[in-house]
Amino acid sequence: MIEIFGVEVSLDPIWLTLEVAAWTTFILLLLGTPLAWWMARMQHSSKIVLEALVALPLVLPPTVLGFYLLIIFNPNGYVTEFLRFFGFEGQLTFSKTGLIVGSVFYSLPFAVQPLMHAFEAVPQKLLDAAATMRANVLDRFFTIVLPLSQRGFLVAATLTFAHTVGEFGVVLMLGGNIPGETRMVSIDIFDHVESLEYDQAHVLSAMMLIFSLIVLMLVYGINRRFGVKVG
Amino acid sequence: MTTLRGNLNLKLGNFELNSGAFELPLEGVTVLFGRSGSGKSTLLRAISGLDKHTEGELYFGDVCWQNGKTALATQKRHIGFVFQDAALFPHMSVRQNLMYSVKRLPKSVEPADFDEIVTRVGIADKLDRGVNFLSGGEKQRVAIARALLTRPDILCMDEPLSALDWRSKAEMLTLIEDIVAAYQVPVLYITHAPAEVERLANQIVFMKDGAIERIETLQESLSRVDSPLFDDEGAVSVLQGTPQAIEQGLRPIQMGQNTLWLSDLNELKKDTVRVRVLAKDVSLALSDPEQLSIINHLPAEILKIVPEDNHRVLVRLQLQDGQKLFAEITEHSAQRLQLEVGTKLFALIKSVVLAE
Repeated sequence: MIEIFGVEVSLDPIWLTLEVAAWTTFILLLLGTPLAWWMARMQHSSKIVLEALVALPLVLPPTVLGFYLLIIFNPNGYVTEFLRFFGFEGQLTFSKTGLIVGSVFYSLPFAVQPLMHAFEAVPQKLLDAAATMRANVLDRFFTIVLPLSQRGFLVAATLTFAHTVGEFGVVLMLGGNIPGETRMVSIDIFDHVESLEYDQAHVLSAMMLIFSLIVLMLVYGINRRFGVKVG
Repeated sequence: MTTLRGNLNLKLGNFELNSGAFELPLEGVTVLFGRSGSGKSTLLRAISGLDKHTEGELYFGDVCWQNGKTALATQKRHIGFVFQDAALFPHMSVRQNLMYSVKRLPKSVEPADFDEIVTRVGIADKLDRGVNFLSGGEKQRVAIARALLTRPDILCMDEPLSALDWRSKAEMLTLIEDIVAAYQVPVLYITHAPAEVERLANQIVFMKDGAIERIETLQESLSRVDSPLFDDEGAVSVLQGTPQAIEQGLRPIQMGQNTLWLSDLNELKKDTVRVRVLAKDVSLALSDPEQLSIINHLPAEILKIVPEDNHRVLVRLQLQDGQKLFAEITEHSAQRLQLEVGTKLFALIKSVVLAE
């Protein structure tokens, strides 16, 4: 608990939110990079299907996504059983792990799209030139593609982080409202409003507003110098 | 002599490359010549292994580069490649671009002399610049140095001059000739400019509609009337001679007993130069006209008379030192002068340029 402007605010939801967002960003950059690279170089028409699948969380109501994830992550369902086989204990619903996995799906387009556009902007002939200088595929990726897509990574990381911080529907459906485990800032605000604790809601909302504004300014600042398309 | 032989197929959208069986000597400059869309670049990419959809077979000497769909990766082919617009890495300095080649040399390959190459190519003073601050000609020089530093067994150049202004073009042509002579590296060179072919080529691969139409030496190609090299400007002759010291504001080029006078006074470093004469710039006279502004009069003998379209005829001449020259005149003139094979006459050349 700390006091901001004379209002007592619990820090737990803030730390949890930051933790979930950080993990989500880390995982999405790790998994999203090969996926985005694969999609960027894809010439087959099935690319459309993949692009649509990746963009789905942009248009789908978060509650729908949360609902399906809730069904799939059912503690007695196949996914959990499968994970148990590898020594996973606990469950994916109403847990922090589940929140992170859910956020990975929810924020997928925010990582993959900027990366894909950045990768598409790397001219093929540079990679060809590198190949004629005896650079193999991984070498080309790390020495040519990565440095030339730096800003794409910056945008992807910032947007993924910010978007995860702002999620509500998926969290509510999949995580519920367990203090210290799944109660993120957005849920906390909802709670305070429900309990007519407008002062707490004000402080948290103002913090979110300022945070979001800063993040967006950061993204547009990066974009201005380098045309990465987002969304 | 080692050769590059194979038969490659590659389908890209609506375009299809079916090269047909070919065998190229790996010596001097081999030019891939053809109109845009004839498949020159596609063939060069297929040869380099840059397109994974390539099929067919390809052997570099005894080394198999392609067999069916199985291909040796580009990075294992020891190819140097100079792209149309240089393809320098924009996030690296000139030196870093060059070192990219050097760092990846296999241990079994001895590194090239870095300083010698950058000096010869003329970028020794630009090593620490960012590549975005180079002119088009400078970029292409860096690209050439970068390709040479890979110690290539073959150097591929895809229209390396097309993005340059005429002055840079002339300089680059001199540089390319110099490199071929200095490093003895076989070159595959794409162009659609006949003048570049006439300047550089030892042999020419003519491409049409995605297939190799014919492979012949420059001499063979210049001696046939229907050569594709003549499509734009009509028949062209390339004469070789030895440049002499400048006299009376003109550059004499010695060809046997005869002299050709050039108004181009640029410094010539070579012992022999190629000059280019358009057939339509050659007139014929039965006697040597003294009082004429045209200075180049060469005694010649008619080898062949070929009727062309539009009431014109192409006359194949032999000069005194054995070199061949085309003259294009009207049918009317040919009849008036009663030209026939064996007639001895004078070729009056209105304009001569160094082949570049």
